[in-house]
Amino acid sequence: MSAPKTLYDKIVDEHRILSFGESGGAGERLLLYIDRTVLNEYTSPQAFSGLREAGRTPWRPAASLGVVDHVNSTNPDRNAGHLDDGARRQIEYLGENGRDFGIEIFDLFDPRQGIEHVVMPEQGLVLPGMVIAAGDSHSTTYGAFGVVGFGIGTSDIEHLLATQTLVYRRLRTMRIAIDGMLAPGVTAKDLIMEVIRRIGADGAAGHAVEFAGTAIEALGVEARMTICNMAVECGARVALMAPDDKVIDYIAGRPRAPSAALLAQARSEWQALRSDPGARFDKDVRLDAGEIPPMVSWGTSPDQSLAITGVVPDPDELPLERRADAVRAMAYMDLAPHTPLQDIAIDRAFIGSCTNARLSDLRDAARILKGRKVAPGVRAMISPGSSGVRRAAEEEGIDRIFIEAGFEWRRSGCSLCLAMNDDSLAPGERCASSTNRNFEGRQGIGGRTHLMSPAMVAAAAVTGRLADVRTLAAEGAA
Amino acid sequence: MERFLRLSGRVAAMPAANIDTDVIMPKAFLKGIDRSGLAIGLFHDLRFDENGAVRGDFILNRDDMATTRFLLVGPNFGCGSSREHAVWGMLQYGIRGIIGSSYGAIFADNAANNGLLLLSLPPEQVAALVGELDDRAGDMTVDLEAQRIEAGGYAGDFDIDPAARRALMLGLDRIGETLTHAEQIRAFEKSYLGRKPWLMNAGSDEP
Repeated sequence: MSAPKTLYDKIVDEHRILSFGESGGAGERLLLYIDRTVLNEYTSPQAFSGLREAGRTPWRPAASLGVVDHVNSTNPDRNAGHLDDGARRQIEYLGENGRDFGIEIFDLFDPRQGIEHVVMPEQGLVLPGMVIAAGDSHSTTYGAFGVVGFGIGTSDIEHLLATQTLVYRRLRTMRIAIDGMLAPGVTAKDLIMEVIRRIGADGAAGHAVEFAGTAIEALGVEARMTICNMAVECGARVALMAPDDKVIDYIAGRPRAPSAALLAQARSEWQALRSDPGARFDKDVRLDAGEIPPMVSWGTSPDQSLAITGVVPDPDELPLERRADAVRAMAYMDLAPHTPLQDIAIDRAFIGSCTNARLSDLRDAARILKGRKVAPGVRAMISPGSSGVRRAAEEEGIDRIFIEAGFEWRRSGCSLCLAMNDDSLAPGERCASSTNRNFEGRQGIGGRTHLMSPAMVAAAAVTGRLADVRTLAAEGAA
Repeated sequence: MERFLRLSGRVAAMPAANIDTDVIMPKAFLKGIDRSGLAIGLFHDLRFDENGAVRGDFILNRDDMATTRFLLVGPNFGCGSSREHAVWGMLQYGIRGIIGSSYGAIFADNAANNGLLLLSLPPEQVAALVGELDDRAGDMTVDLEAQRIEAGGYAGDFDIDPAARRALMLGLDRIGETLTHAEQIRAFEKSYLGRKPWLMNAGSDEP
């Protein structure tokens, strides 16, 4: 009998074409077959130019999909949105590359356009057991399907396009087991923010993380995507969850999903996609879901976060090695030690991004917004994760709830998560945001980001300050 | 890509933790379709204020740091976005090597693919090197062949992944190398997709 294996090692072994260097040694590299990629307009151009210069063509064009998401405007009128010359050129070049190399592109006007990591699962292109590498760090999202998903740079996009492979170094493994039940008002976003706070922004560096436990099993597929998506913020190169019936049900019937007959064939193999009992992980972390509160970030790194009921920390009370970074973050965020988080007033509220802009996220926020109004002086925006999510929300009438509350009902794109388009914070503006990174300048030069769940953004929007969603939920609609 | 064998030059210390790729290469410099013009973008918002004026207190702007070749950095340097522009900008600016204790994983791969040397040293060794600097600046020599680093009165050996070292020293065409295995890739693909027909992209893959 062979030794028990982790899910990560099973998938990697299944994709290994050959090995370079001493087997199992530090210098070992695998030539790894990659099932699929998704290309965006801002990290792919130089990869295509590299192919053109070398006279190469994509190995398997049907394994790639291109989507415009990072630089486009989210103006409700697609024709009226502001595009600068650089953005226009990037969008045009993606289209040109698609035509010249036979790669399908969802351009700005395509009804399937959206954020790449929302579009891929929505189309049924993400299947258990795959390896998906793509030119965006949040490609870890696909782990919710039992997929080894990871971000790569442009040189590796070019390598992948030309060879359908990557030269790969096997990662160490970490298991994060989360048992118990999330309390009311607490979401997958709070769970992953607590994981990041607990282990640090580099706590999973060099590791493939497998999330396990009853709390994960209880979550829906979209919530699982939120967790895998944001695992990159604690340094995880890969995030994984064993696929179950919920995952298979989610895939079935989607536009690009395999036929029912093929799904039936795949099912037994997918059900075996789990770590063997007794499989050894290099690191083990355990959390109790029931102890996790609604979280918000106060600093400029995703691990600088706290329960909403907390106060801004006092750097003098932090471990020595964290003090200088905390002082710098507080100066940037214009926060004083001991300030209650719920006293912090906001200027902007944003719901969007590949982390939290799926239909279930919109429903969560709408439940808080129903019958309430955005506080005076707050500008609130929602950018659904894809054009498909936007239509589905409109069919449910959720758009009316957002609009009546005072939110701008925008088109889909990465938008204010990284402000590569015309959505950005002005210097000094403070934003409650359902996104994934609170880095300095991320949402605009001098902008201040507080990360939280979509429902918590809704609560902050109507309160005008960072707020505890549990208080509003208990009050019911005003 | 340029080979790295042995190099001496100015080193600047930027010891903060978690310096992310948004800070290394801000979004304003990501709108190109080629790799050029990124030296100006490197650490742009640290080097220049809102009005474009040079921030004199930023280390790379000091008179003695005009030709900085190495950065001595804090943990988790290069975390965040996958943008390879951060590495392109580093090399175009003249930075050839980064010495720290840990890096964002995608940044590290991007560095390797472009010949930017990243050394991962134990935190004590990084602290010892910082201790040799005078007001966060000094001179450093990295000898990749001998796996030896020197700065001020400090001299020590370092470990580096053998495959990464070889690639840096030889400056290989990685895609060309991989394509020498094209037959094996094709044979693998045929067998793999044959076993798992559901992996074909419904609607567009050739059977």
